[in-house]
Amino acid sequence: MLPEIGQFTLILACLLALLQTIYPLYGVYTGHQGAIRSAKMFTILQFVAVAFSFVILSYSFLINDFSVDYIATNSNSALPWYYRLSAVWGAHEGSLLLWVFLLASWSIAVALMSKRLPIESVARVLAVLGLLAFGFYLFVLLTSNPFDRTLPYFPIDGRDLNPLLQDFGLIIHPPMLYMGYVGFSVAFAFAIAALLEGRLDSAWAKWSRPWTMAAWMFLTVGIALGSWWAYYELGWGGWWFWDPVENASFMPWLAGTALIHSLAVSEKRGVFKSWTVLLALSAFSLSLLGTFLVRSGVLVSVHAFASDPTRGLFILGFLVLVIGGSLLLYAVQAAKVKSRGRYELASRESVLLINNILLIAALIVVLLGTLLPLVHKEIGLGSISIGEPFFNRMFTILIVPFALFVGVGSLFRWKRQQLNDLKKPLAMILIISTLVTVLFLLVFAPFLTWLAVMGTFLGFWIIVGVVYEIYLRSTHRHSFSKGITKLGNSHWAMSFGHLGLAVMIIGITMTQNYSIEKDVKLAVGEQISFEHYEFHFDQVKGLKAQNYTATVGVFTVKKDGDFVAVMQAEKRLYTVQRMPMTEAAIDEGFTRDLYIAMGEVLPDGAWAVRIYYKPFIRWIWLGPLLMAFGGLLMICDRRYRSKKEPAGVLGDEHA
Amino acid sequence: MLNKRRVLTLLIPFIIFITGAVFLATPLLKGSDPSKLDSALIGQAIPEFTLQDIYDENKQYDASILKGQKMLLNVWATWCPTCYAEHTYLNKLAQQGFYIVGMNYKDDRKKAIRWLKDLNDPYKISLFDKSGLLGLDLGVYGAPETFLIDSQGIIQYRHVGDLNEQVWNDKLLAIYEAMQ
Repeated sequence: MLPEIGQFTLILACLLALLQTIYPLYGVYTGHQGAIRSAKMFTILQFVAVAFSFVILSYSFLINDFSVDYIATNSNSALPWYYRLSAVWGAHEGSLLLWVFLLASWSIAVALMSKRLPIESVARVLAVLGLLAFGFYLFVLLTSNPFDRTLPYFPIDGRDLNPLLQDFGLIIHPPMLYMGYVGFSVAFAFAIAALLEGRLDSAWAKWSRPWTMAAWMFLTVGIALGSWWAYYELGWGGWWFWDPVENASFMPWLAGTALIHSLAVSEKRGVFKSWTVLLALSAFSLSLLGTFLVRSGVLVSVHAFASDPTRGLFILGFLVLVIGGSLLLYAVQAAKVKSRGRYELASRESVLLINNILLIAALIVVLLGTLLPLVHKEIGLGSISIGEPFFNRMFTILIVPFALFVGVGSLFRWKRQQLNDLKKPLAMILIISTLVTVLFLLVFAPFLTWLAVMGTFLGFWIIVGVVYEIYLRSTHRHSFSKGITKLGNSHWAMSFGHLGLAVMIIGITMTQNYSIEKDVKLAVGEQISFEHYEFHFDQVKGLKAQNYTATVGVFTVKKDGDFVAVMQAEKRLYTVQRMPMTEAAIDEGFTRDLYIAMGEVLPDGAWAVRIYYKPFIRWIWLGPLLMAFGGLLMICDRRYRSKKEPAGVLGDEHA
Repeated sequence: MLNKRRVLTLLIPFIIFITGAVFLATPLLKGSDPSKLDSALIGQAIPEFTLQDIYDENKQYDASILKGQKMLLNVWATWCPTCYAEHTYLNKLAQQGFYIVGMNYKDDRKKAIRWLKDLNDPYKISLFDKSGLLGLDLGVYGAPETFLIDSQGIIQYRHVGDLNEQVWNDKLLAIYEAMQ
């Protein structure tokens, strides 16, 4: 009975979403106040309805209701309760339900937290969100219903959740990522509403900025979590594979990063407005494209569970309507927008423009790398494959100018910068960052490659640039200790964001250049040493958990004779799907990870063991966390809560 | 007054998008199944090739090894996470006595050997296609892909994406059974 109720409330939510679109828009165009006000009510009702569906599906997973087809395929009674819950989004149908649930959550947040915006504008934004939700509800109900039953003959037990997904990282990775994807729908809705209204001004940029930043923050954390998961779970020690689905999440991130920078310019200076709108449309469009690529089976990848052509066609149709429609609207309406601000070639505006150009170039690289094999095939040129080397080479090139500008960009003034004034700061940054790079490499690098030198230099160039800028800004009018407390949240946000990038660049550089991978044959009692570390193979023991059995290799690790850690690497066999899994043992450290993965037993009783030494790999994920923290600071900035509506271009604050 | 040239400029994103959408739609509209990318080679013999054994550089194979009995030719690589998911099922098929030839595609020999040792080796013969030349001749789009080859060495079917119980029972098994 419960699943039927869940299905019913889902249908209800679908209808409410439609009302949420039609009625408020009718109100806006006829001036009917009641209809305009109804937007909020419909949004709340829609949220309640879909939340109810979501809770019912989760509950049905918890009580092991295997009469529901989706649960029978993706869960098992031996699964611990938290994996039964996360199994809700373990496959296609449920993850779409999560998608619409999150869309409703963002909508209700907009409805409740936009008290200071003109009520017509909010009604328009909610109407656009309602229309998006309506499309997704139709998609769920028509092609991917999670509540379908397998009655009358239902299985006694389920086929279990894919063991790869039985993991803590996978409990939170999809919701985070989806929060980001779906969050861009708010920026999208704001842009469409502004286009409809013909009112693209600084106020628009100001309203959509915190929402865009929130979505970007979730997406950043989501992608980082995915990378971290791949590292410890797949057992190869890699952290990014340029897999189509990873790329699908990376593209909206790049567009979103360009967007948060360009929104800053539009808010402060009232320029780049039509470009900013286009980015807002693109960020969400790329999220939709990502969904299409993953769900339609056009690209084959690990994430492409259950691909189905009807689903692909539906999403494609939806994509064409939403993206095509919004781009048409853009062409007509954005033409009316006039830029008022003026700026010179050497100015903050230009630097941010360069930032945008480089980010879009990176986006095009990823887009082409992902889609070109497909297009190439389509126009009959035969198959080509574009792999890691292509992406790596392109990004190695693009990161150089990007990092150089990030390091010094915030020193530029709005409107006009006297280049002569920059000579001294630039020289300082260059000298200090070179010194730090040399010191760092002396301590941590066993040998030099020019890529390693370049990468660490770029990282420290940004760090020194950021710190120096904070110093200059603080001592501008006050003493340093007093001035530093006067810096606004937004300023700290920018600094943390840029520091995050620097930390990530250093992490990637060190990991890619100085990792050591050893494949060794070890018997119990033997040991191997490298890089000052000794790995002693103590024993092998058996382990039986609720839904798998495992063989565990126990290692004692010492560094220069001093005890470091006991590491336990597992080789698991999941009992329901008979799937073997390697569970690597990882000893994390700020400057290095030790990583042990068990291979198989050799005929003579010894084990094939893989041991990795990964310097600074934590920094790869620490960087995005810093960036996300920066985003959080910006959202908390007071000026997004102040009552005063700006009439036009704001004064000259820092972005 | 709308500036016409401005509108035309701003239409560019729309035009690019529609062009892209057409390209994405064609594979979906052409066949009922997007994962069934047709190979021009279906109904034809396997092209000539000379490839090394994955374990032994001195051992060479040519097209004649893909004749004489019905078999599966599985294209895989260690850089392909789907192959990892698929591997368990291949082991199962091998256990049931199906003759599977593996073709390691654009990969690293050491990593590939390690993979086969870690996850068991379901392949009767393992070809090592480092440069992807045979893959190119076969029109391989990505890994994993599986070809069904009859005893005359004629390609009868091509499956793109992972092999699993559902795909095998619903589709491939019937074609396999019907082959000579």
